[in-house]
Amino acid sequence: MTDILDGFTAAFYLLIGLDSDLIEISLRSLHVSLTALLFACAIAFPLGTYLAVQRFRHRRTVISVLNALMGLPPVVVGLIVYVFLSRSGPLGVLGLLFTPTAMIIAQVIIITPLIASITHQAMRDLWADYHDLLISLNATKRQRIATLIIDGRRNLLTAALAGFGRAIGEVGAIMIVGGNIDHATRVLTTAIALETGKGDFALALGLGFVLIALALLVNLSIHWLSRTESDGLW
Amino acid sequence: MIRAALLATATLLASPTIAEPLRMAVTTSFENSGLAEVLLPVIAKDTGIEVQLVVVGTGQALKLGESGDVDAILVHSKSAEDAFVAAGNAPHRREIMYNDFVLVGPAGDPAAIAGTDTAIAALGAIANTESAFVSRGDDSGTHKTELALWAAADLDPAGFGKWYNAVGAGMGAALNTAAGLDAYILADRASWLNFGNKATLALLFSGDPALFNQYAFLPVSAEKHPHVRADLAETLENWLTGDVAKGLIDGYKIAGEQLFVFNAETN
Repeated sequence: MTDILDGFTAAFYLLIGLDSDLIEISLRSLHVSLTALLFACAIAFPLGTYLAVQRFRHRRTVISVLNALMGLPPVVVGLIVYVFLSRSGPLGVLGLLFTPTAMIIAQVIIITPLIASITHQAMRDLWADYHDLLISLNATKRQRIATLIIDGRRNLLTAALAGFGRAIGEVGAIMIVGGNIDHATRVLTTAIALETGKGDFALALGLGFVLIALALLVNLSIHWLSRTESDGLW
Repeated sequence: MIRAALLATATLLASPTIAEPLRMAVTTSFENSGLAEVLLPVIAKDTGIEVQLVVVGTGQALKLGESGDVDAILVHSKSAEDAFVAAGNAPHRREIMYNDFVLVGPAGDPAAIAGTDTAIAALGAIANTESAFVSRGDDSGTHKTELALWAAADLDPAGFGKWYNAVGAGMGAALNTAAGLDAYILADRASWLNFGNKATLALLFSGDPALFNQYAFLPVSAEKHPHVRADLAETLENWLTGDVAKGLIDGYKIAGEQLFVFNAETN
């Protein structure tokens, strides 16, 4: 119990002291996970919506695979990305291993299926409502997908936030492909793992509270910016 | 005063404008010792090399070097290092310094290892009383040392009962487990002194030369991996074996105890 109190105290001092290392790793956490989120959304929104509006052979199989990939173990993704990016791997010449870019690649792979899957679920219901209208307007496939994405943006926001949540709290993959290098690839989660390893539970918990606060802050600001849950819009 | 001013000017002139990054895989025990935080800023100032540490177990460090993913490695497992050099992954192996391993356990010392004369006798006592023991179990340098000690005591961990816990984790995580189980564990002295969650554990046995832990520097072969920064690795090696490093390594103390002994053969 004292550990938790020490953790709160450590978090408090880290925050009021505006510890430069803390700011650096927090910004890197945000940079990596938000960039990964951006790429993942760019892939997953159209993909999930496409799966909702289009009928084709093996569609069920594709959807089942997508749903199963939601539970992709980060540590395995990390290992696979490592093998590809390693100097002796197929993409080794790019020299991306142990860089934030490698961490972003791993996180895109982890969260894209999750976002696409939630998108598909939400769009399937919306498509049922819009089906007759869009067909009667003779909208092209591209227009149908665009309409659904625009009108279903609140659901997509939930999908994106779920993806962000998984990315910002992830440690298994980025530890392997990032290497937790101080001032280069250290982020909040890997720093927490490191401090736990040193037995410094207070600092580890302190960083943990900062991480939770950061996730809350991002969620709240996205809600605020997109004006959900306000008058007449919910 | 004048000397200080001269020194400051010399430092200013000598400090290169752009730091060049060099990736070095090091063991968790080295990172946990805190010595890196003392050495790295001075290395950056003296040589202009920004050393980026990838902290892993010895097994993974050697693997990273083999794939050419780091420019140099600093580890502590002589037989594995010799095999690494023999396989052509590094042109040579350079000994830098040593520290030592200690046996840590519950302060009550149920196996009475504090009174034993050798590390082998101490481990024998633990096995005889079947007192809880935590092993790194991660193919790290510390784990390899532990296995070598069991072998020297004519004991085989494969045949041990439930009291032997191979956790497959880094030094800090293994120490956390030992603190939770109130178990014996083999740890390097630096990690132990820096460890923040000692609980009821205490240092019970140390000083046997069999517990000495030699660290060596291995530059990754530029023949095998043309992209590695062999030039920077050589500069770093010269610095690590030089007088400045000697002073910093020998002078590094935690709680008044010297942790490392510099023993590199200088050029």
